[in-house]
Amino acid sequence: MDFGPHLLLAVLEGGVTAAVLALTAMGLSIVFGVMRVVNVAHGEFYMLGAVLAWFIATTIGSHPALGFIAALMIAPLIVGTLAAGVDRLILRRINYDPERTIVATIGTLYILQQTTLMTFGPDARPVEPPFNSRIALPWFEWGENGFAMYYPWGLSTTSYKLFVIAAAAVILITLWLAITRTRAGLIMRATQQDSDMAQAFGIPVKTVYSVVFGLGAGLAAIGAVLVVPIQQAHYLMGHDPLLLSFIVVIIGGLGSLPGTIIAAILIGMADGIISVFFTPTLAKIFATLVVAMVLVYRPTGLMGKSTA
Amino acid sequence: MTDTAKSNALHFGLLAALAIGFFILPTYHSGNLARIMILAIYAMGYNVLFGYTGLLSLGHALFFSAGMYGLGLTMHLGGWSPAPAFLAALIASSIVATVIGFLVLRTTGVAYMIVTLMFAQAGYLTILYFGTYTRGDEGFALKQATRQLIGLDLTDPIVRYYTALILFATALLLLAYIIRSPFGRTLIAIRENEERARMLGYNVTAIKLKAVILSGIISGASGAAYALLFGYAGATFATVQYSILPLLWVLVGGAGTTTGAFIGVLFMTYLIDYASGQTNAYLIVVGVVLVAVTLFLPHGIMGTLRNKYAGWLP
Repeated sequence: MDFGPHLLLAVLEGGVTAAVLALTAMGLSIVFGVMRVVNVAHGEFYMLGAVLAWFIATTIGSHPALGFIAALMIAPLIVGTLAAGVDRLILRRINYDPERTIVATIGTLYILQQTTLMTFGPDARPVEPPFNSRIALPWFEWGENGFAMYYPWGLSTTSYKLFVIAAAAVILITLWLAITRTRAGLIMRATQQDSDMAQAFGIPVKTVYSVVFGLGAGLAAIGAVLVVPIQQAHYLMGHDPLLLSFIVVIIGGLGSLPGTIIAAILIGMADGIISVFFTPTLAKIFATLVVAMVLVYRPTGLMGKSTA
Repeated sequence: MTDTAKSNALHFGLLAALAIGFFILPTYHSGNLARIMILAIYAMGYNVLFGYTGLLSLGHALFFSAGMYGLGLTMHLGGWSPAPAFLAALIASSIVATVIGFLVLRTTGVAYMIVTLMFAQAGYLTILYFGTYTRGDEGFALKQATRQLIGLDLTDPIVRYYTALILFATALLLLAYIIRSPFGRTLIAIRENEERARMLGYNVTAIKLKAVILSGIISGASGAAYALLFGYAGATFATVQYSILPLLWVLVGGAGTTTGAFIGVLFMTYLIDYASGQTNAYLIVVGVVLVAVTLFLPHGIMGTLRNKYAGWLP
């Protein structure tokens, strides 16, 4: 393949990564924005989404589309409820103290991960995509005979990958509308701006926190359900999404939702393109150091407003 | 007895008990104890920063592995003998700690934790990237023939045990000395109220940098000792898990107590040892203990003892 088609392929792969990453990082960002806590167990909620998707799809067992739709509906709900439970049982009791929350969510990370190891086992398990036709992509070139269109060998994507990108976009737009246009969104934003004042106006801040924590975990689970037909469900799969989500949320500006989306696209694309053209380890070292430096020298991120 | 005399008695009593321990305990447990003492040095190094200065780092595996590879690579590839290699390890970890400390201290709170985590991750990936020399996750073993110090074979259980004890004693007494010194008092002042310490005229950033370097060197010494006494260096010791473990040990034992680090490592080693006999998902105890300690025992074992029964505990 030439450079051009190769790049297009990398962009398409990057698009899928970016779509899933945008969902996962959005969950982390909302939780940080509203509750001012860092959820280190976020990657494990992602992993649980994938594992539950496998479980639901296998239990239903008829046409793959049916299992997939059921997984997409049920898995995020279960994960969200579980996360709300974690909020009530652990985070609320330590009063959302930032440092203790990090320690407690590290503990939660191990509990969820190791419980999955005990029940689901150490194997990676696939979920069948609901539809998966291969789509060959054309490439245009200015050749000897003028403008020509042809199908380079290896340049293709699948209908499912395009669906993932579209689905992520729809979900994020819905979320955006819910936050900016509905009463629930208004309550959420009020709590984000000043939780004491919100409490004074009769908003049940504790319930809002539980719901937001559940929503954040649910978004990660949706991302995982979408990705599990492409990757496989595995009990250690939460590690990379956690780090990447951290990176996205930091680059985008802690708590800034538009920033999160932009950064997710940037990082997802960069990840796709870099891993096609460079050695992945070097790329990761470089990316990690760049992000650390951003946080050191511009702690509010690229789009974030400075907070007191 | 004055409080100082009491704490001296506690420290020397603990060291004396450990010195006798080798002859009383079965081989399996004395071997365990040598490892626990070395890891307790790591926990004490972490405690300088977390317990006394109030900085929660999630990237100390970087310092531990800097020491481990500082000794491991000079011995394995450079053919150095243990003493200069150990010195090289201390220098390596102090350089890493200085550079990292200079950068991370520009941030505070949550950002500080995430930045330390990221630098440690970059360090881990760097070890993997230079897999030709470091052998990555697989690691490399240090040959028995090279692990000799002034005619003593460090692979011999009794030599290993007492080398570990000497290093542990050095670290413990150094820590006890430091926290009683004006420097240590300033660290505690910064932990309690950074703004007030600054207002009193202390250069808080410079003092914190010193604390990071001190903590990094002690952690690096532990990594180097681990490689030397147990003959193995691998990238596993640079993973996030080895950054979280010292946090866990110090939290369990009691942050800001001199003996808490040792108690924490002792408790967790035997708990994990027991759990790994029951299930392959033994890391679940790490999770359960982390959550339980944050919820029910925020001051750890020694911290709770100090608050409730013995205010003099160092």
